[in-house]
Amino acid sequence: MKYIDEYRNKEKILSLSAQIKKISTKKVRLMEVCGGHTMAIQRFGIPDLLPETVELVSGPGCPVCVTSRSYIDKAIAYSKLPNIIITTYGDLIRVPGSTSSLDKEKAKGANIRIVYSVLDALKIAQDNPDKKIVFLGIGFETTAPGSAAGIIKAQMAGLFNFSVFSAHKIMPPPMAALIDEGVDIQGYIGPGHVSSITGSHIFDFIPAKYGLGVVISGFEPLDLMQSIYMLVNQYETKSPAVEIQYSRAVKPEGNIKALEMLDEVFLMRDDWWRGLGILANSGLGINEKYASFDAEKQFEVEVEILKEDKGCICGTILKGISKPSDCKLFGKACTPAEPVGACMVSNEGACAAHYKYSRE
Amino acid sequence: MKNNETVLLGHGSGGRLSHDLIHNLFVRYFRNDILLIQGDSAVLPVIHGTICLTTDSFVVDPIFFPGGNIGNLAIAGTVNDLAVSGAKPEYLSAAFILEEGFPMSDLEEIVKTMAEEASKAGVFIVTGDTKVVERGKCDKLFINTSGVGSLLPDSEGIIAGKNIKIGDKIIINGFIGDHGMAVMSARNNLQINSPVESDCACLNGLISDALQFKSAIKFMRDATRGGLGTVLAELCHHKPFGINLLEEAVPVRENVRGMCELLGFDPLYVANEGKVVMVVAAESANSILHIMQQHPLGKESAIIGEIMEHHAGKTWLLTSIGGKRIVDMPAGEQLPRIC
Repeated sequence: MKYIDEYRNKEKILSLSAQIKKISTKKVRLMEVCGGHTMAIQRFGIPDLLPETVELVSGPGCPVCVTSRSYIDKAIAYSKLPNIIITTYGDLIRVPGSTSSLDKEKAKGANIRIVYSVLDALKIAQDNPDKKIVFLGIGFETTAPGSAAGIIKAQMAGLFNFSVFSAHKIMPPPMAALIDEGVDIQGYIGPGHVSSITGSHIFDFIPAKYGLGVVISGFEPLDLMQSIYMLVNQYETKSPAVEIQYSRAVKPEGNIKALEMLDEVFLMRDDWWRGLGILANSGLGINEKYASFDAEKQFEVEVEILKEDKGCICGTILKGISKPSDCKLFGKACTPAEPVGACMVSNEGACAAHYKYSRE
Repeated sequence: MKNNETVLLGHGSGGRLSHDLIHNLFVRYFRNDILLIQGDSAVLPVIHGTICLTTDSFVVDPIFFPGGNIGNLAIAGTVNDLAVSGAKPEYLSAAFILEEGFPMSDLEEIVKTMAEEASKAGVFIVTGDTKVVERGKCDKLFINTSGVGSLLPDSEGIIAGKNIKIGDKIIINGFIGDHGMAVMSARNNLQINSPVESDCACLNGLISDALQFKSAIKFMRDATRGGLGTVLAELCHHKPFGINLLEEAVPVRENVRGMCELLGFDPLYVANEGKVVMVVAAESANSILHIMQQHPLGKESAIIGEIMEHHAGKTWLLTSIGGKRIVDMPAGEQLPRIC
């Protein structure tokens, strides 16, 4: 496959593997903060190609995993209101809420539809003028511009039966919070898709303030091996910096048009992250100008706040403190078929990736 | 059949319309002496040896897809289940659940395909049933087929794989993932430059050729829903051996790889409808491979892995970049209604 096989070249990958072994003298823990990286690392068997000195840990890079249960509870509550159609990306559908999940509600008859893009949700809104369509807006800077574009389009088309229930979040605050909490890492494998929107400058504070390197990586094995090499090199030579390995997709200034759309529709708000709690200015709420497209302002529902499951250590896994195999539920009470925590549900979750690809 | 005719509730009533449908369509295409008797049961001649019985229901969506339709799927699925058990498939039943309003011309095309596929495989459709449900109560049509066949002498061990030994080789008869991606592209109207065709086919001929080396064939399974990955993960589950699967050796077409990349599927778990996975004795592996490669359905046959003493109970994939990872059973279905 052209443009893919080049990045899966065995000789080049093995040569990078040898070079990493050669330059790595000190123990180094690198964290990936993108679910796509978590999955690719496990799928291609990358840990097997690294020396003992280099350890990879997964961070809070899976949007479904860091979202609170009460978000699912609220989405379920919306689905029970009259004349509502819930539209959602597929990865949210099996995530357990406090007492149910969207797929269980769907089986019971709630009108919940899986869509591949916000445009599909707009089409549903157009085809069903007598219904109210709520789109579950979840994801980081990667998917947030899509939701923003959906809202702008809905306004232009006069589709006032469309609204977004935003759980959108941004990446830099948890990356700072993890270092502030003293999590033992020496560098970040920077999120490739997020950075294609935001550019690389949003991470400049990490080397400047904390002395840690960030290398923004692509998703193919050669990308990841090269990024790991660059981070190990930065660490060994004590020269932390923000570097772009994924230069075929990421520019330092990002995608200006997408960023303008985010500014137009959203405003920053404090938000709750699993494992990290409430982080200042880490979430994206819909601003006053577009309040009529904000599901939270359009519909009122009451949701009982329940505690997260006992025993599930998703929180410390998302911080890179624990590994999935440290959890006593992992692979026993918690499996992809019967998940307890969100990290096991999402295709990008650390527990799902470990269960699927590297369970010993 | 007239072009604009559709299936009516009366076609499943057991009355005149049912009678006409059975005679003008099913009996006409499936024609054989046993079926022609039209009793409440098919009366079969004595079958010698141990009898294998299998059943399968087909609900694929859409019912027509590149490389086939629900009809050949319904024949091949059941024929293959018998063939991989080490049996010679002989007689099939076919039951239809039809949605009111289903175009008769589509039904005719499907029945015709079934007849052709059965004839190619050398099996007879000897009994059947038709039910019609109100519009909206089923999706177009569902087909169930059951099949019986006689177990070939000395092949009792194949079905459970009880003679598998460390060092045995794993063979597959060609490209994986074709059926799943063909259905996927038809379902979503994907505009792909080089379309993928389903591999749907009856494998009893190919398997019968390979069974010349019967004592060397330890296990067979058709890799349908769940794909090659699921077959191997199940095969070594709770067993005293592990499996090494070589990613580079597994045949995957370029366009299937491309679609899988695009849609986020792993070809190892994508459905096939004409692929058999075999575990064979190492010393006969090349001979069996050679014989399979002579058959039209086995040209791309390849040795893709080995039974290992190490990592018992687990299948390891040695990745094309030199890493390794576990191949496990998938949690849910990758693609619902694939067959």
